[in-house]
Amino acid sequence: MGLMKRFSYIFKAKASKQLDKYEDPRETLDYSYEKQLELLQKMRRGVADVATSRKRIELQAQQLQASAAKLEGQAKQAVAQNREDLAREALTRRETIAAQLGDLQVQHDQLKAEETKLIDASQRLQAKVESFRTRKETIKATYTAAEAQTKIGEAVSGISEEMGDVGMAMQRAEDKVASMQARSGALDELMASGALEDYASSGDRLQAELNRGAGSSEVELELARLKGELGGAPAKQISAPASTPSPTPTEDQR
Amino acid sequence: MIVRIIGEGQFEVPADHLEELNRLDDQLMKTVDAGDDGSFTTALQALLTSVRTAGSELPLDYLGPSDLVLPGPDATIEEVREVLGDEGLIPG
Repeated sequence: MGLMKRFSYIFKAKASKQLDKYEDPRETLDYSYEKQLELLQKMRRGVADVATSRKRIELQAQQLQASAAKLEGQAKQAVAQNREDLAREALTRRETIAAQLGDLQVQHDQLKAEETKLIDASQRLQAKVESFRTRKETIKATYTAAEAQTKIGEAVSGISEEMGDVGMAMQRAEDKVASMQARSGALDELMASGALEDYASSGDRLQAELNRGAGSSEVELELARLKGELGGAPAKQISAPASTPSPTPTEDQR
Repeated sequence: MIVRIIGEGQFEVPADHLEELNRLDDQLMKTVDAGDDGSFTTALQALLTSVRTAGSELPLDYLGPSDLVLPGPDATIEEVREVLGDEGLIPG
């Protein structure tokens, strides 16, 4: 048997289970409607859960991007100071962060896709639940029990099929969120106490060394300037009176 | 004939298109049995595209059962097997 038929059997089997539950098929209508409202509620929570997970990933990505930008700046600074060793270290760390960012992007896209699907599914379910509510009242007003039963069968099968569909979307989204939470939890731990914290602090060590580098070159420049002043000025002052004893010392003092 | 694509909704497909769907469905089932993910996706897309082009989408508030149900476009063999799992061996 083909896949289409097998899938259809499974969906129909679920629907008929629901129909068999009550002796009076009209009770099935009310019971089913209650279930639909429950599912709609659950879906709204599901959409919110997925959105929360997505935002968490966005936050983590922002933090990683800030770290990457900082390391890039440090690498440039190191190159300017001719410290290739430091530049290499900064770029290596940035590489690691870039890989993590790539992974986050994939997860983010997956969650975003699940979110969109859930929103679409909840809109479809919402429309069908509305339609079911109207149909339910019409069926209740139906004269003969046999006629009502057929209509109930159609309406309940139709809605339970939709609920089965939506249920699968929910399950999928829940699975995605669960694995995402485990991963972003691990990354949070990493950021809080593990390797990424080390990146930050060793990044600061890197910065300190760069500052020392920058500092020492400034000291060198200052030293050179002072040497220049001290080396040049005294010689002038000594030679000046000798060559030009004329009235120009005020200008020299400026 | 009403066909549901899971995650997409229901389509009204002309009855004379069933033969073509069955042909594509047979190919799809072979890929599931073979466990070949790549050809499964290709065969599934072919079947779904055929439903979408031959059929017309039913309005959101349409309330009725489908004659056939199909997995959504991003389904994997694993997911399909999971669904078929406990009730997949219904004789028919």
